[in-house]
Amino acid sequence: MKQRRNDLILVAVILVVAVLFWGYSWFTRSEGGYAVVTVDGEEWGRYALDKPLETEIVTPYGTNILVIADGKASVTEADCPDGLCVRQRDICYEGETLVCLPHKLVVEIAGSSEGDVDWVVD
Amino acid sequence: MKPKRIALYGFLIALAFVFSYIENTLAVPLWIPGIKLGLANVVVLAALYLLGVKSALFISVVRVLLSGMTFGSMTMVIYSLAGCSLSLLAMVLLKRTGRFGMPGVSVAGGVAHNMGQIAVAAVMLETSALMYYLPFLLVSGCVAGVAIGIAGAEVVKRGERVCENF
Repeated sequence: MKQRRNDLILVAVILVVAVLFWGYSWFTRSEGGYAVVTVDGEEWGRYALDKPLETEIVTPYGTNILVIADGKASVTEADCPDGLCVRQRDICYEGETLVCLPHKLVVEIAGSSEGDVDWVVD
Repeated sequence: MKPKRIALYGFLIALAFVFSYIENTLAVPLWIPGIKLGLANVVVLAALYLLGVKSALFISVVRVLLSGMTFGSMTMVIYSLAGCSLSLLAMVLLKRTGRFGMPGVSVAGGVAHNMGQIAVAAVMLETSALMYYLPFLLVSGCVAGVAIGIAGAEVVKRGERVCENF
């Protein structure tokens, strides 16, 4: 019985930690301006989220198709064996990621000001 | 090693392998990578209780190598090994305290498994962005852990008598 109580405490603690993490990222999130594509840890390209786009990313490991529409980025096609990147949902908030492990490809949303050259000065 | 024991190991590894196969075939597509039940862990968990740490480690590693080479790639083997060893370590430590039941031990294993995989992914992809997945993987590790723990407890209950003869 004591073991069962400890089990429940353990589960509760983990769930609380998860909720705290999630809550933190929920409240601090903001819509990003760019989808940054990284392959093997190196930046591949940076695509503005406000311009619709469909592009083929040919990595040494395989090909993924990145689509930007309605301010959201998604991977619609990939020739990786698991296809997990295609199944992940669209991303648009800063820090959100799409990952294709077999191709070592990461699509990450970056903030709108970062690297922004369209700076308006009045 | 006694022949009977070899047979028992063979049986358990085969079972874990079949569980991996079922999981790979029936995997439900989700928008978070890495969320799964971890059916094969029923066998590892039961082995940990019935046969001890060394046997559980042995079965776990052989299972990962087998299913990795059959269904996946070398990359998958690396991910799985990181997940499995961390998972087993957490389970052994929690079991040693004697304060947790099988579901609790299994939950620690499930969560540790997911943490291990995130850590390897973060290193391999050279990004910290994966922390976004952390809360989801914590919850899924928890849920899967409870389910596997309950199933494992049933296996141990029924397997105890069988294992006495080995």
